[in-house]
Amino acid sequence: MSSIHIKLKDKDCQTIKEICESFNNDPGELINILHKAQEHFGYLPAEVQETIAQNLNISVAKVYGVVTFYSFFSMTPKGKHPISVCTGTACYVRGAEKVLEELKKELKISVGETTPDGKFSLSCLRCVGACGLAPVVMIGDKTYGRVAPEDVKKIIEEYNS
Amino acid sequence: MSLINIKINGKELQVEEGTTILQAAKKVGIEIPTLCYMNLHDLNIEHNPGGCRICVVEVEGRRNLAPSCVTKVWEGMSVKTHTMRVLNARRTVMELILSDHPFECLTCAKNGNCDLQKLAQDLGVREIHYQGEQSTYKEDKSPAIIRDMDKCIMCRRCETMCNDVQTCGVLSGINRGFTAVVAPAFEQDLIKSPCTFCGQCVAVCPTGALTERDYTNRVIRALADPTKTVIVQTAPAVRVALGEEFGLPAGTIVTGKMVAALRRLGFDKVYDTDFAADLTIMEEGTEFLDRLSRYLNGDKNVKLPILTSCCPGWVNFFEYNFPDMRDIPSTAKSPQQMFGAIAKTYLAEKLGVKRENLVVVSVMPCLAKKYEAEREEFRVDGNPDVDFSISTRELAHLIKQTIGDIKDLPDEDFDKLMGESTGAGVIFGNTGGVIEAACRTAYEIYTGKTLEKVEFHQLRGFESVRSAVVDFDGLKLNIGIAHGLGNARKLLECIRNGECEFHAIEIMACPGGCIGGGGQPLHHGNTEILKARAAAIYKEDEGKALRKSHENPEIIKLYEEFLGKPSSEKAHHLLHTKYFDKKKRIYIEK
Repeated sequence: MSSIHIKLKDKDCQTIKEICESFNNDPGELINILHKAQEHFGYLPAEVQETIAQNLNISVAKVYGVVTFYSFFSMTPKGKHPISVCTGTACYVRGAEKVLEELKKELKISVGETTPDGKFSLSCLRCVGACGLAPVVMIGDKTYGRVAPEDVKKIIEEYNS
Repeated sequence: MSLINIKINGKELQVEEGTTILQAAKKVGIEIPTLCYMNLHDLNIEHNPGGCRICVVEVEGRRNLAPSCVTKVWEGMSVKTHTMRVLNARRTVMELILSDHPFECLTCAKNGNCDLQKLAQDLGVREIHYQGEQSTYKEDKSPAIIRDMDKCIMCRRCETMCNDVQTCGVLSGINRGFTAVVAPAFEQDLIKSPCTFCGQCVAVCPTGALTERDYTNRVIRALADPTKTVIVQTAPAVRVALGEEFGLPAGTIVTGKMVAALRRLGFDKVYDTDFAADLTIMEEGTEFLDRLSRYLNGDKNVKLPILTSCCPGWVNFFEYNFPDMRDIPSTAKSPQQMFGAIAKTYLAEKLGVKRENLVVVSVMPCLAKKYEAEREEFRVDGNPDVDFSISTRELAHLIKQTIGDIKDLPDEDFDKLMGESTGAGVIFGNTGGVIEAACRTAYEIYTGKTLEKVEFHQLRGFESVRSAVVDFDGLKLNIGIAHGLGNARKLLECIRNGECEFHAIEIMACPGGCIGGGGQPLHHGNTEILKARAAAIYKEDEGKALRKSHENPEIIKLYEEFLGKPSSEKAHHLLHTKYFDKKKRIYIEK
């Protein structure tokens, strides 16, 4: 087993400190602080959580408990092109599940994971308000409608070239 | 506070506003079954997450059942505690809990001593109507504590002990739903967390999810090895609690029977950690007087207060949380380690046994002692000063496995050389005891006078943080005492901020001191048991002919023949230690 040390730069520590201070270092604001931190860093690595815990004077176990409780918080960095598959009712009945399976097969990752090259990450979401286009897949800010499992390979290639 | 009229099972009563149904029922002698709930009222610890739903009752006019541990009474409330609906609900809740619990009762370390098992029995559960997936987690085996979270029922008592009482902040509920589990940050193993191994989580765990690392089999193997001389030392708090495991009332002193049992188990020599406690006082007391006199003479390099260092859970705590203050605790080793260091040098020579053939076993009320015995600095060429540290509970298992019982054994005495002790050594087991023992000796050395009244009642008691003044013939010494690590933290922060001035402070990691240690027979939340043990310790002290450590003839002999004088170079080498900065960095392991 190898251990990966994620070193935070002084600048990052300062950012976390400022985020915490903007909420008066109040442990009751932990969720809001985690939101802000994730907005900034893209995800919540261990050292970010540890630094937040230090600033709020609470245990890192408690911070980790909250991070793992809410599915919105992530400890894995998002890929360069985050892929979200809508599994809301309309998309689901029109075959989102099959599209998702195809994406998993193509990228060789599960939901919530990122490809080893850091290019793609895969997640599910519920309804983007484009039910008429179901099933919908979003890559970054770009929306793909009426996606069939056969289209997946071609869409991914757009980003690989 | 205003009084409120309520009815429980038709019985009218008045209780104070803010009382829960559970507390109110208790007042009229109605026991509502509970599982996650825990109340250690003498220690001001109450844990009522209202999570398990075993304690539900029917409240007139309320649609659903009410969890009695968190529902407060209101004027005119009418409660029924064991209607058909209530009994069915409780049984269903229990069946659901059991449907995700391994059926390993017969081979579980908690078999026969498990709250879950007892409750299932009490509720008359004979069949589980629910089947489904079982949650599985990796086992976490540290040198002191084993976490088998498959057996966790999410009562979260351990979290209350770890976070609120001990303020170690190691454990937290993580994940959600079916995968929820209590674990250290990033699901690291305990050994990589800032766990002090105080064992208070183990002491309150209602199931076999948290247990001590059991070394009894290794002890049996050592006893069976003809090439080894196996000796044992027993801590002060063990003798006032061991009897409970054999059905004797709490507070029964079984010193003589325990010695007889250990001899029958095959230990070559049976010694007393109390002897080493007396030795600790000689070293720690000398260090204190030295620091005190230099301080009083205006030496700016000397820091006071001195803090006791005989509790390994406490040592772990300040190494993790207050490494910047690690120069103020005494450098004296704990009695367990002092015993080991002297046994493997002085005693080995006296017995004519080579160090590597001498096995030192310690019986402790404590789980942190297991970790302490494994520390690198307490080894010589890889050979540990103390080979195995077993808990009071493990000793009871060992006895049950071999000779069965202790009740009918004769009272026997400890062996000579390291078996003599004074009352001062005995009271180490209680909160306030170490500092009282230190005062008995330090007073006589400092003043040159005989201490007529050896009891320092101002140092005794159960209050979590205490301060008292001890008069050293005109010199008023401010003494601080804290038991429970959360209270220790308060005292340390107060010292760090320069808000309080003490000359000396005693700290014990466990509530009540060693009598409430993580390795003691389980008290299942009954603090009367702790009080009975504490009273027994003081009784044992009163019965001793010698009550001051420096009067112990074997200690006098040890210094004459081997160590020279307290704080000598040899004493420093063998009996003192140093502390490390163990502030943990978090990292992810992949």
